[in-house]
Amino acid sequence: MTDRAAFLGWPALRQLATGDYLGRGQAVVSKKTRDKLARTATADKVVKSVCPYCAVGCGQNIFVKDGKVVQIEGDPDSPVSRGRLCPKGSASEQLVNSPTRQTTVLYRAPYATDWSPLGLEEATDMIADRVIETRRRTWQDKDENGQFLRRTMGIASLGGAALDNEENYLMKKLYTAMGAIQVENQARI
Amino acid sequence: MGASFGRGGATQFVQDIANTDCLIIQGSNMAECHPVAFQWVTEAKLRGARVIHIDPRFTRTSAVADKHIPIRAGSDVILLGALINQVLRTGSYFEEYVAAYTNASMIVSDDYQDTEDLSGVFSGYDPETGQYDLTSWAYRSRKPGEDDIGEAGPEEHGAAKAASAAGHAHGAAGAPLDHALIERDPTMQDPRCVLQILKRHYARYTPDLVTSACGISAADFAYLSESLVANSGRERTTMFAYAVGWTQHSLGAQFIRTAAILQLLMGNVGRPGGGIMALRGHASIQGASDIPTLFNLLPGYLPMPTAGKDETLAQFLSAVSSPRQKGFWTHADAYLVSLLKAWWGDAAQPENDFCYDYLPRMNGNHNTYQSVLGMIAGTVEGYFLLGQNPAVGSANGRLQRLGMANLKWLVVRDFNLIESATWWKDGPEIATGELETDKIGTEIFFLPAANHAEKDGTFTQTQRMLQWHFKAVEPPGDARSDLSFYYVLGKKIRERLAGSTDPRDRPLLDLTWDYPQDEHGEPDADAVLREINGTYLSGEQAGQALPGFGALKADGSTASGCWIYSGVYADEVNASKNKLPDAQQSWVAPNWGWAWPMNRRILYNRASADPQGRPWSERKAYVWWDEQTGRWVGHDVPDFPLTTAPSYRPADGTSGPEALAGDDPFIMQADGKGWLFAPRGMIDGPLPTHYEAQESPIGNPLYPQQRNPARLVYPHKDNLTAPSFGEPGADVYPFVATTYRLTEHHTAGAMSRWLPYLSELQPEFFCEVSPELAAERGLVNGGWATLISPRSAIEARVLVTERMTPLIIGGRTIHQIGMPYHWGVGGTGAVVTGDSANDLLGVTLDPNVSIQESKVSSVDIQPGRRPRGEALTRLVADYQSRSGATVVTGNDIVNENDEREERR
Repeated sequence: MTDRAAFLGWPALRQLATGDYLGRGQAVVSKKTRDKLARTATADKVVKSVCPYCAVGCGQNIFVKDGKVVQIEGDPDSPVSRGRLCPKGSASEQLVNSPTRQTTVLYRAPYATDWSPLGLEEATDMIADRVIETRRRTWQDKDENGQFLRRTMGIASLGGAALDNEENYLMKKLYTAMGAIQVENQARI
Repeated sequence: MGASFGRGGATQFVQDIANTDCLIIQGSNMAECHPVAFQWVTEAKLRGARVIHIDPRFTRTSAVADKHIPIRAGSDVILLGALINQVLRTGSYFEEYVAAYTNASMIVSDDYQDTEDLSGVFSGYDPETGQYDLTSWAYRSRKPGEDDIGEAGPEEHGAAKAASAAGHAHGAAGAPLDHALIERDPTMQDPRCVLQILKRHYARYTPDLVTSACGISAADFAYLSESLVANSGRERTTMFAYAVGWTQHSLGAQFIRTAAILQLLMGNVGRPGGGIMALRGHASIQGASDIPTLFNLLPGYLPMPTAGKDETLAQFLSAVSSPRQKGFWTHADAYLVSLLKAWWGDAAQPENDFCYDYLPRMNGNHNTYQSVLGMIAGTVEGYFLLGQNPAVGSANGRLQRLGMANLKWLVVRDFNLIESATWWKDGPEIATGELETDKIGTEIFFLPAANHAEKDGTFTQTQRMLQWHFKAVEPPGDARSDLSFYYVLGKKIRERLAGSTDPRDRPLLDLTWDYPQDEHGEPDADAVLREINGTYLSGEQAGQALPGFGALKADGSTASGCWIYSGVYADEVNASKNKLPDAQQSWVAPNWGWAWPMNRRILYNRASADPQGRPWSERKAYVWWDEQTGRWVGHDVPDFPLTTAPSYRPADGTSGPEALAGDDPFIMQADGKGWLFAPRGMIDGPLPTHYEAQESPIGNPLYPQQRNPARLVYPHKDNLTAPSFGEPGADVYPFVATTYRLTEHHTAGAMSRWLPYLSELQPEFFCEVSPELAAERGLVNGGWATLISPRSAIEARVLVTERMTPLIIGGRTIHQIGMPYHWGVGGTGAVVTGDSANDLLGVTLDPNVSIQESKVSSVDIQPGRRPRGEALTRLVADYQSRSGATVVTGNDIVNENDEREERR
């Protein structure tokens, strides 16, 4: 750095030179700060999404870098939310990247005092077996008056309001075909 | 709303709040629970609108309202009934709208008797069953020599309706009528006409009663009624907004009905800035009713068949709608047959009634609380939980956990190890010793779920709008979408049953269950949505996506998984993916997402024009008749047959959409009109009537009948009810508790208490009490309190605040206590934990929709922390014993009249 540059770099002169007279903006930014870039600026892609909390349906922009979600912000294009998110929607990056998130299958055997690990494929096989056994054991063809029932009262399900329409659709379709009618979600609560 | 207007969805879109002249928010803390939607309230205020907040608590919604009116929880029908009385008495309703668009002029059966005549019950009440026979509520027929207009199909008793939670069944269409040739008195003077019945029914709902029963001053009531009247009519509109503060009561559906009646009287339905805004709390709770994971419904609000009543397809269809009634619900046969074709494909043929027999039958009320009692009784063996945490989020949490402890197997799919996954080792009952881990036989599978950023699909938000969320990243580890889980589970079940000759397995084996999968095995959500939209199966267009529900046929030539969503995939374009920026389209924003039905944003919008088809005023113009082109035009998709002229009158004997007159704006109603009086569709009365909550500190000031005589009660030793006013022991649980949400948490906490940001913002469970109550009970701000109900005892930090207002009711001071319900005990990895407010609540349900009464319950409050271990169980038992509460307390639905009379 030349003497002249050093001289002009003095804070008071820098304030005057940049027009930042109160020294609260450009004039006092350090190189370290200047070199920083928002995560949103360096993302590989921005994916359009919808907030998963309440039913207002605010638009979200999901910023992705190297296959990871790095930030979630309000989508200014949305006519409903116009770029805004509430504290929950703003925190939804943590919903995705929470360190306490459980990402492997766990199994608790009857009377066991702790979890044990289980493979996803094996777990799904076991659940399919349980459904078939319970359905067989609890099947009701007809009621006491001989009226048609064609169902099982041995299986119940709760959930759906936090799920996609397509997921609710497959659930209802499969449950109905297996004869499970005790299917409910938060709309009842 | 379904019984009043013909559809169960919010009538307006969120942005339309900005167009209102007066917004009445009741049963909702919108600023805190729907903060981003609240920007439109701010917008309305900036445009000069008046905002009134009616709520037991002063909240951030009250803080920015023009006025906050505190109300005793559960007394809303009195307040709204008094407004109805006021506008009828002073003649300040919108007469031209009422005469043309509502059923005010229709004549009701001579057999109908009102609650005013029968001491608080309507005609048709059966004291043996505690349910109504709806026959006497019928319209009088103008067909010569014919009896009153019955329901389509065989008459159905109220008990059977309650069994099927029939209220939810009017999500997409009103109640059926045999036909629409109804006797009318256009002058609305006949004493048997709806308007006159309405006047008599609400005559005793006076401002004085509002003061004495709701705790609202005469001045506040006058402000409210003047605001409503001044902001309704040709030039101006008033809007109501509500949330679960209205639904979670033993007569919750009637709370909403009262607002619907008021909005029809004031001419505020179908118009910009009017209507009723339902503020729902889950990303796709509307979608989970439209495509229902609900026991009593099939997709598109078609009912699930009932044993004995719907034995054949013909019987079923005759009860859903009558071919002789008005409107689009007459095509229910096409909607059902197309659903059966979507599910069972080529196996569904005319000669086997399109596999109608593959549908399981109901024969009772199979709601989630009934299932929990089934778990305790041992009849329910297996339970799936999908993004839901009943150990914390459902009423009477202890009952929920005791139920799960008696299952054979439990599958929990969630992001985190929520309390409903871990109760067997760290739940409250392990701490009290009621349950011991090594004696619990429940086999549990925890499967991690993918979140919204990790999968494609649609949510249906609160205004019926489907919005696609695009997958951003792959889910981690074993986490999968529920789409993937159910698809794979279905395939595995089908593989195991392949070759079975058992007829019970045919519905599984014949099921259409073949969706394209990506390289990770994820099924294609687009393909599923396209199946929901539906396709042509034969003819020139075979294989193409349907343009909308109007194209559906009952002959098996079309398939559609949910008729009300038909149109979302018209022309092979997934319209839920529409994301045209706000700035590039009109204020109605039709090119953002897709709203059912047929992308209409304000429902019943034909009513935004006068009977001649002209806008009521330039200021409120929305949809109108264009003489030049002979079509309805405007800012939105008209919610009316496009070319039916305002002057059109159908000939007698016409039915279906062609029977809709040019001034019948409620096209899903059997008579085309908005229902002030509901001759069908509500099972606990054709008009909302005030009853006290299951647990109440006061006697019903209007009728000897204390509680809703048709409510659903669950007498069980683990679900005791506190004695109400006038019953011995009522002073043991002397205070009213009400529950609510915070901005920083989400329901039972699974999506918020595991997040550090949100947990830091709201770390601890607390209760809000008034300074007066704090002084009375020695409660200290920031200290601890123990709350005791007949179900449980919990501890909370105390927040002493003037936001809670003691109310003077019947000369006595009534204290209300507020509690957020987001915390739970146990769970692994939660950043914050705490006792659960829902453990205090009992299970008593609204008969129309089977929703529990969460907003009013009786409790005691004492300073200090709750006892630990077995001592906690003893505390609860001691209170129960002192109050004398037994399984019959509060549950004697039919005999309480006489006893109460004697006590008066």
